[in-house]
Order: sequence, then structure tokens, then C-alpha cells
Amino acid sequence: MNIQEVQNEIIEEFSMFEDWEERYQYMIDLGKSLPLIEEQYKTEDNIIKGCQSKVWVHAELKEDKIAFTADSDAIITKGIIAILIRVFSNQHPKDILEANTDFIDQIGLKEHLSPTRANGLVSMIKQLKLYAIAYQTQLN
Amino acid sequence: MLDLKKIRADFPILKRQVNGKPLVYFDNAATSQTPQQVIDVIVDYYSNYNANIHRGVHALSQEATDKYEAARHTIQNHFNAKHAHEIIYTSGTTESINLVAHGFASILQKGDEIIVSALEHHSNIVPWQMLCEKIGAVLKVIPMNQDGALVMAEYDKLLNNNTQLVFVNHISNALGTINPIEEIIEKAHQVGAAVLIDGAQACPHIKPDVQALDVDFYVASAHKMCGPTGVGMLYGKEAWLNKLPPYQGGGEMIAEVSFDKTTYAGLPHKMEAGTPNICGGIAFGAAIDYMNAIGFDAIANYEHELLEYATKSLLEIEGLKIYGTAKNKTSVISFNLDGIHPYDVGTILDKLGIAVRTGHHCAQPIMEYFKIPGTVRASFAFYNTKEEIDALVAGVKKAKMMLS
Repeated sequence: MNIQEVQNEIIEEFSMFEDWEERYQYMIDLGKSLPLIEEQYKTEDNIIKGCQSKVWVHAELKEDKIAFTADSDAIITKGIIAILIRVFSNQHPKDILEANTDFIDQIGLKEHLSPTRANGLVSMIKQLKLYAIAYQTQLN
Repeated sequence: MLDLKKIRADFPILKRQVNGKPLVYFDNAATSQTPQQVIDVIVDYYSNYNANIHRGVHALSQEATDKYEAARHTIQNHFNAKHAHEIIYTSGTTESINLVAHGFASILQKGDEIIVSALEHHSNIVPWQMLCEKIGAVLKVIPMNQDGALVMAEYDKLLNNNTQLVFVNHISNALGTINPIEEIIEKAHQVGAAVLIDGAQACPHIKPDVQALDVDFYVASAHKMCGPTGVGMLYGKEAWLNKLPPYQGGGEMIAEVSFDKTTYAGLPHKMEAGTPNICGGIAFGAAIDYMNAIGFDAIANYEHELLEYATKSLLEIEGLKIYGTAKNKTSVISFNLDGIHPYDVGTILDKLGIAVRTGHHCAQPIMEYFKIPGTVRASFAFYNTKEEIDALVAGVKKAKMMLS
């Protein structure tokens, strides 16, 4: 699936929820159940310093696609990370660079992407795109 | 007894909804809400007599100057300073502290010692670290115990003839601990050291008497006591303020200027370069009047009631731990749920319309001490109610259910 298809799939899943509680419960469950990153990659170097919750991101190039893994010490943040990883991991660097994140708004989680939210997610998306730039250069 | 209904009607913001729920505002330690009486003063200023002060010959300028200086007298009376010119308007507590730190840079010498407490806000740590680095002075720290109270026996050991300055907050912003500042000031004076007390968190709850305390410097922000943001004050004993060099150069702070030499204006103008926050200063005075009309004794009693009620109700939740259990504390509760990140709890509470603070509260050394990433902090003001605390408790229970 390409990025757009994954995003559409997520939007469809979220459209089934009736209120914020169901949406958040789903994210919390995602955050709890997914092993997102290998312990060895939870290093200081891989940490994105948001103001409050810590976010780690690790990237690897597998053939011509980037595999992302990530984690956070806050569970709601981790749930959103799980969604972002589902969208951006195993995609071509070029597609990652061109992708937008409007779907976050459409699934009712826009407030988490406000820079004042200080949960590291804005920085995380920036970091994913920086990896994409780096690997794109490498592939050229 | 406070007339809660009447008081709440003074605060227009308390009528609004957040995320479809009635707002429960428990982030008062970060900033307090503004009553209509203060909002009216701000509107009146810009509607009727907005002008630059101290140098205008015209009527508006005179009116603005009179009101601005009258507010300085209100602040003077409130803190019981001996002279109005001992009250310096600043942009807030942080600037007040930096003004003093800047001044001491020309007084201190290598090897001099400065003492701060383990409970300080970053704004009362960083300026002194910068100062110490610059002049080779030594920064020492009064440690705290598990309750979040300062270990006074250790303070005694830190004091010596090299101690020049002691800086402590009156009340900790992260934990609500009320520090024994009378004892701290007295002991510092015994070795000849000056004392600065950061009153940012104290002034919304108690009325400090700077002469009775015999404190050298006391600082506060208007926005934590029902006033606007961007204005605050520095109280300094006249002798100290005369000794400190001007903080900034500019208009208003000079007596005479030539290219050979400039002579500075007297107090307070020496420390107030440029056009100040005129409206803010006047509104600061109005905020103090508003709080005094309600009465600080009545405020303290009621807030203590809220604190006890909230402490008891929250502790009934299994796995909830309160940080900061000192005997003397104000209406601040810092807590965590076992195994749950404070950010997650704050996020769920926000969805329920409840405003709390989460994080390290600009006091990372305290969080380091407790080995936690941060806390959820609920801080109460005199316009809060027990029903709102019930909503908080229900919200925390819901957060716990969703997150565990």
C-alpha cells in the first residue's frame, strides 16, 4: 500500500468511533500493544526532545525503502507514533517527503500536532522527513 | 466566608466551555484568571487616557502618570515597603531576578558564595549560574527532604563569611512548600549576606510584609495575582537599590546626558529605562485592590479548605502518590498515578475540560530528586470550588481506567 492508501484506511477505521473516548481508547490500546523499537535503539542519540514525553526514533534503509521504529514513555504519544509508523514506514524516501499529515486532522487528533502541545510529535514528523532527505540523497 | 457565587461572577472566563465541558481551571500556579474589575481598568486605560508617562506636558500624559504612580503606591502599601521608590516595575519575576543578578555582577568577587535552594524554579537558578560562571563565584544548594521541605540544618552549614547572597522562593511552584523565609533571612543577615525572596507563588495566597521580614529584595509577578501578564515588581531596600548599577540604559533612567558623561536619575527611575508597561502597572494596582477587597486571610482559609478536601479525595484513588507533603504548603497538589506518565493523565483531563499543568514545572532538579519525568499539578485559587475538585477526582479516576 502506498502512503495515501494507508492514510485512507486509518481514516476509515477512525470513522467508526463515536466520540473522543473511543478514539483515545483505541490509541491507548495501540500504544500498549505494539512493540515499536528495539531496546538497543532507545539511546540518547535517537531521542527527540519534546518538552514532556520522550520520543525515540530509529531509521534503517531496507533496499529502497525506509523502515522506521519509534517509542515514547507516554502511552497516548506512543499510540499516535504507532499510527505514524504505520503510515510512513516501509515507504520510499521520495514518497515520505511528499506526503502530508492532513489525515491526523481528519481522525480528530489535530491538537496533538500543535507545536504548543510540546509532546515531541511535531519534531518527530520533522525527524522522519529529515531521514527521508538523507536516504534520498544516498539513493541518488 | 467567601461569597463564591459573587466572586465567580467576577471572572468571565469561568463561564466558558472547553471540549464541550464547563471549564475547570486548576492551573492557577502558572497564571491566575482576571476579574472584570481588572479587565475594565485595562479597557479604560486604552479607551480614555493612553499616553506616555513622566515626560508629557499634556493632560493625558499627566493622567496616565498619576495613575501609574498611584499604582506604585498601592504596591508599596500592599507589601509594606518604606518608600514608593523601593518598588521597581519590571516585566515580571524573571526580569526582577535578572536585574538583581546583573547588579551583583559588579559587586561580587571571585570566591564569593551564593546559596540557592533545591526547590527553585529555573528562573532562580539559571541567572545565578550565569553570574557565578562570569565572576568565579561558588553556587551552593540547600537540599530538600522526601516531603519537599528544605533541610535547614544543612543551610546552617552552608553559611559562612564568604556568603554574599541567598536566594530562595517563598513558596515552591512545583510542590507548594512554604519555606521558612524568616529564619533564612535572619541567619543570612548574621553572616552579612543579602537575601532575595522569589514571591511569585506566595503573593496569590499571602500578603508579605517586607519590613517585618527585613528582606533585602522581594520579587513578584502581577499575572499570578489576578493581574495581566508582562508586569511585575522588584522590591529592594533603598540602600541596596542605590548600590546596584542601572540594569538597562535608555530614556527615563537618566538625569543628564552629554557625550562626556551621563548622570543617572534617582530611584526608581534609574532601574526603569524606556517606556514601561503603563497599562500593566495600573492594572497590577487594580488587581491588588481586588484581592485585598476579598481579603488575604479569607483567601488563605478557603484555599486551605480546598487543599485538604482535594488531598483527602485524591488519596482515596489507589496508586496515586502526592509529591510535596511538607506541613506548610499552599493549595498546590503535584501527583502521579503509579506507572502512568503525567502527560497522558493531563491529556485525558483536558478532554474533560479540566486544565492542569503536567511536566517538570521548570524545576527539573526536584523531578531528578524524586526520579520522575514530571507530575500532574493541580493548583487552586479562591474562585475554585469543591464541586470542581470532585470533577478533577472523577477525571483522574477515568484517566486511570483508560490508561491502565
